[in-house]
Amino acid sequence: MFKHAGSLLEMKGITKSFGENHVLKGIDLEVRAGEIHVLLGENGAGKSTLIKILTGAYQMDAGEIFWEGQRVELNTPVDAMQLGIATIYQELNVIPELKVYENIFLGRELKRSGKMSLLNHNAMKEEAQRCLEMLGQSPALADQQLGKLGVGQQQLVEIAKALTLDAKLIIMDEPTSSLSTKEVEQLYSCVEQLREKGIAIVFISHRLEEIRRLGDRITILRDGFKIDTLPVKTTETDYWIELMVGRSLEEKFPKQSFILGDEGFRVEDLKVDRASEPVSFSARYGEIVGISGLVGAGRTELARAIFGADSNGGGKIFIDNQEVKITSPCDAIKSGIAFITEDRKSEGLLLDQPLDFNIAMANMKKFKSKSKLIDLNAIRVTAKEYIKELKVRPGNIDLNARNLSGGNQQKVVIAKWLCTKAKVFIFDEPTRGIDVGAKVEVYRLMNQLVESGAIVLMISSDLPEILGMCDRVLVMSEGKITADMGIEEASQERIMKAATGG
Amino acid sequence: MSQVVIQKSETEAPKQKKGIKNYLSKFGPLIGLVILTTILTFLSDKFLTMNNLMNIARQSSINALLGIGMLLPILTAGIDLSVGSILAVSIMIMGIVSVNMGMSPILGIIVCLAVGAGFGLLNGLLLTKLRLPHPFISTLGTMNIARGIALIVTAAAPIAGFPYLIQFLGREFAGPIPVSFILVIAVYIIFHIFLTRTQTGRYIYAIGGNKEAARLSGINVDRVLAIVYTISGLMAGLAGLVMVGRVNSAFPLAGLSYELDAIAAVIIGGASFFGGVGTVWGTLIGAMIIAVLRNGLNLLNVSSDFQMTVIGAVIIAAVYIDVLRQRKSKKG
Repeated sequence: MFKHAGSLLEMKGITKSFGENHVLKGIDLEVRAGEIHVLLGENGAGKSTLIKILTGAYQMDAGEIFWEGQRVELNTPVDAMQLGIATIYQELNVIPELKVYENIFLGRELKRSGKMSLLNHNAMKEEAQRCLEMLGQSPALADQQLGKLGVGQQQLVEIAKALTLDAKLIIMDEPTSSLSTKEVEQLYSCVEQLREKGIAIVFISHRLEEIRRLGDRITILRDGFKIDTLPVKTTETDYWIELMVGRSLEEKFPKQSFILGDEGFRVEDLKVDRASEPVSFSARYGEIVGISGLVGAGRTELARAIFGADSNGGGKIFIDNQEVKITSPCDAIKSGIAFITEDRKSEGLLLDQPLDFNIAMANMKKFKSKSKLIDLNAIRVTAKEYIKELKVRPGNIDLNARNLSGGNQQKVVIAKWLCTKAKVFIFDEPTRGIDVGAKVEVYRLMNQLVESGAIVLMISSDLPEILGMCDRVLVMSEGKITADMGIEEASQERIMKAATGG
Repeated sequence: MSQVVIQKSETEAPKQKKGIKNYLSKFGPLIGLVILTTILTFLSDKFLTMNNLMNIARQSSINALLGIGMLLPILTAGIDLSVGSILAVSIMIMGIVSVNMGMSPILGIIVCLAVGAGFGLLNGLLLTKLRLPHPFISTLGTMNIARGIALIVTAAAPIAGFPYLIQFLGREFAGPIPVSFILVIAVYIIFHIFLTRTQTGRYIYAIGGNKEAARLSGINVDRVLAIVYTISGLMAGLAGLVMVGRVNSAFPLAGLSYELDAIAAVIIGGASFFGGVGTVWGTLIGAMIIAVLRNGLNLLNVSSDFQMTVIGAVIIAAVYIDVLRQRKSKKG
């Protein structure tokens, strides 16, 4: 298996620019067979551009790529595929209506011999089963309809697909970001099995615990430069972060506590739908309340029901002890509730509209002048203020939202909700998929919100984040709140126990 | 993360994007119109005369009115197939009121606009209350219903002899300028203000850009969509009024397949079929390009069959430019 004592892949002096924008400035990367090689860097450091060059999606401007010691040209994705480079994207490219094995062989179906070129379903099924077994999965999976599987299993199907292509190098771009804890474990064991079979994995992740657990070596990128390649086992996590952000980050969680005010928000016997359990909780001004639980525990559904995004099955919501009727997001906003959804692209932003419009969207009324017309200049002025305050980069309000990185897009969504002057801010996984530096900025912003007297509810699957930032933690399991604890009594163990219904 | 960094790579790209290509996509329709006008000026000495230009302005007015109505559904990533039929039913009912029944022409005009708006509202309600999956379907249904009613109400007979007041908009001139063209310019200015400076107007762009994000930002999407289709229907009624003035009669097959010219004007004018992108002035230029093409080809004695072929090619070319633009903005 370890035929190549040297490296499987070597990239040397890779540079790439988009116009004036120099994204990669001479990057070296060396990957060995049978290792899990982590790429770490802030959003915009150049990780994905590097990967795109490796998969043949982009052409480099200068540099050399060696594969098993031979110099190669990667001009198209097919070139990379033929060498044995496969990529598992964060957004899966699958067709839910088709069966698992049909997805695996999509576009390169096996045919029977003969003039009719009929499909050879059996051969495809057998090969799919073989590869699923290599990943420790039941072969019966091959025959199931893909859309009925969870995200985690769908991802394993993509990995199985890579195996049927005889991949020697599999690139995984934040594969665990949308998985539940159980699915994550399953993925880890698959990745470890692949490593034992001598397959090299290039693993992009922001989760430091995960890197520590899985990685063999780590390459850190910053601003288009390779900073260093280090062995994972013998280096400190803090050192990685320092290399990544270019300075030492004093605190990962800049929690500030403020004196709590009155109870400003209360939910009484709210049912997400008719069949679900009623949920009750309250929050005080100046408080950050974490909502923890496993994926699928009903946290997002609860938030959507509070916000009127979906119709609910009855219950009462109080703001300042006044009952408010919420049947649509419009009502919720009028009552002073803001909801920063998890999926900023499909639920938060107008990607092809400029930043100022995105920021003003939820509060157009505020910008009406006496003549009932919208004051475009007032929008620009306000948008500029928020962009400056939240350090959105690049800070040009005329840019379309699409042109921003994930962390900056998230800030634009937050700016939109700050603009509504809400009292209650519900954040759903606010830091998922954004880098350490941007995370700290989001946390600081939450501090500012509660300092100015708002209430923050934060749904998060990241336990350190919950423990680091919240004043109180609610834990949900199967649609119910199973624990409500002050931060001083909360611990990872207690939260997990409540989350698993124990 | 993957998408995140692709975008990052675009992040600083805008500098480079603000090149010639950006201007081409922004002013593409206008440049097209200028080139077309220049060519026709050389090919025919009758083209660039005051008389002919005013003729074009008059000929373009019906399509310009239908087009500005059509812009709204297209901005919301929808479509309105029913405007040609709504035009017909509006003028037939106006004819019954003002000619057959001999009632006041003012009432006739109000009825004409109200019938148009009413059918538009029907489109909106079919879409938002019955939750039909796409406006293509709801307006396809309305298209047939409205045309059927236009035929039924007079047993397919045309109506002629409209009072002067009804004919005024389509027939009169202010000096050399057709009143219908002045109407078009006024309507376009109102629409420009509506779309850029009012809450509902901005919401139309928001819905076209991302319906779910718009809804979660507190926008009453259903209400805005109902308004959008109502306005589109209202514009069909107004276009009908202009048409009656021009031909001094109303006939049930009036406006047959006019919706396609209106869609063409919007698309040639640079609006995106995917919603959220498009301007009032682009649509005006789109309507002008179609009118200039028709007029020029007539002057050159090109048969109407061949004219259709040319206009088809122009639609495809215009949309291809849109596709190229989309590709540019989505890739790094």
